[in-house]
Amino acid sequence: MTAYIARRLLSMLPVVAIVALFVFLLLHLAPGDPAAIIAGDNATPQNIAQIRKALGLDEPLWRQFLVWAGSLLHGDLGRSMFWNEPVATLIAQRAEPTVSLAATTLSVAVVLAISMGVMAAARAGTMIDRFVMGFAVFGFSVPVFVVGYLLIFVFAITLKWLPVQGYTPIAEGVVPWLENLVLPSVALGLAYVALIARITRATMLDVLAEDYIRTGRAKGVAARPLLLKHALKNAAVPIVTVIGIGVALLIGGVVITETVFNIPGVGRLVVDAITRRDYPIIQGVIMVFSGIYVLVNLAVDLSYTLLDPRIRY
Amino acid sequence: MAVVTEFPRTAPDRLWQLRRFARRNPTIVAGAGLLAFMALIALAAGVIAGDPQFLNPSERLHGPSALHWFGTDHLGRDVFARTVFGARISLVVGLAVAVLAITFGLAIGLIAGYYRRVDAPVMRLMDGLMAIPSILLAIALVSLNKASVGIVIVAISIPEIPRVVRLVRSVVLSTREQPFIEAAIGGGSRHHKIILRHILPSTIAPLVVQATYVMASAILTEAGLSFLGAGVPPEIPTWGNMIAGSRLFLASAPWTIFFPGTCLALVVLAVNLMGDGLRDRLDPRLARRM
Repeated sequence: MTAYIARRLLSMLPVVAIVALFVFLLLHLAPGDPAAIIAGDNATPQNIAQIRKALGLDEPLWRQFLVWAGSLLHGDLGRSMFWNEPVATLIAQRAEPTVSLAATTLSVAVVLAISMGVMAAARAGTMIDRFVMGFAVFGFSVPVFVVGYLLIFVFAITLKWLPVQGYTPIAEGVVPWLENLVLPSVALGLAYVALIARITRATMLDVLAEDYIRTGRAKGVAARPLLLKHALKNAAVPIVTVIGIGVALLIGGVVITETVFNIPGVGRLVVDAITRRDYPIIQGVIMVFSGIYVLVNLAVDLSYTLLDPRIRY
Repeated sequence: MAVVTEFPRTAPDRLWQLRRFARRNPTIVAGAGLLAFMALIALAAGVIAGDPQFLNPSERLHGPSALHWFGTDHLGRDVFARTVFGARISLVVGLAVAVLAITFGLAIGLIAGYYRRVDAPVMRLMDGLMAIPSILLAIALVSLNKASVGIVIVAISIPEIPRVVRLVRSVVLSTREQPFIEAAIGGGSRHHKIILRHILPSTIAPLVVQATYVMASAILTEAGLSFLGAGVPPEIPTWGNMIAGSRLFLASAPWTIFFPGTCLALVVLAVNLMGDGLRDRLDPRLARRM
């Protein structure tokens, strides 16, 4: 097992290296002088020369990449042009709201989606099933920001049940923290719930058709343990795989959700960087988010042995 | 000797066939119909709607009325006209991304699946691309270039390609083990002929289904980019930038947000319905799994 984890960690390296190479080349293959792009439209030639020197843009390309990648390995994501602070520090300062949002969404969405999927499969063909499947198509189709504004309009502006926007740090109390996270989590989680509910239903339908389920039923296993212990446990591997792949959906959604709900997180950091052409921030956040995605999917791979003892590494 | 007479296809016969198709594939028909309706409106935008850029400061934030079906926004622009013109961008970007991503994904997938030596490096590259959240990749690509519809299309297509490559590759890998491929190799067919004539056809059904999903995701990404201010130039009305521009007026003028928002959701829903219907019809194995 340890050897397997080590091997998998090593196999992550090329993927991360390709992400790094791609993110690096983006800036340098774009038409025009990267220094001029970063400096913006109103830059003087002196500004541009200064930036070129500061970023080492006079060096050959391969050398620039090695220097940049080397500092990445030391946790140095570069320096923001606008804030004049290390990108890693800026991301760390804004991590709490983003992590809170992602964590609440992930936990609620997974529980909700798996229950919906199991119910739909257990009652296949009934109204419940049709409702879940219809909800899934709907969830895939409505964009995060439209759901977000709809939720704000109904629950914050009209009914006044929840705050409109913003974020309260957890240190200032769990209740206000949660109150601010309810609507954004629902908006962000909708597509994720749809994705997981659909795969749960599909896998459960496959498993429920197996012989051992019929045997269980014949020998008198009660419906609930049969469904949850015998069937769901064996459906776990594909479901967990999709939960891992779907994290990409959450990461992309975070950027938009934080803008809709005015949450000062990492997503907002990126969006603000777009207009300021603060390229190091965009690069740094892409590296961090991609790294998280790769790590989550590694964890998913490793969880297979726990979920299915037949899988041995 | 028997004489085979061909029965002339009469109009009612065709109509009956159409009806049967609609009855058996309600989702395809519903999705395609809704999409065709939206496309028609987008095409006829210049005829059915006024100038989407016309500013009328005396009629700011008016609610829906007979004159302005969808009301007016904070600059007094007609929301109906802007919504109708916005359909153009969504549909053009969605279609173009689907075509681009499928074309490149198909070419790369065929090569990676068929030639074992290129498989590993190409797939590692695709794994790397897939690890980058697509909206962030698109943001980076758009923010580095001058905003234009073309850049947005390319920026959204690049992150879609790896998913198509994976699909095509998996189909190629299973097809190339089939006896008829062995027979073709034994018969002395050249590689490009085997790929194009014997392997390519089996990728078409799953690709048609995949194309609809790519289109749905491209429309959503474009709207997201426009919403974040990293999309097409702001003077072109899109559903995303309409919603972004009106967000301060959510409480006082919700129609400025919900009309374009509803259209956006409807178009994506139409494409998804069509995709689900096509999948059920063309790819029964996948349909059972999902």
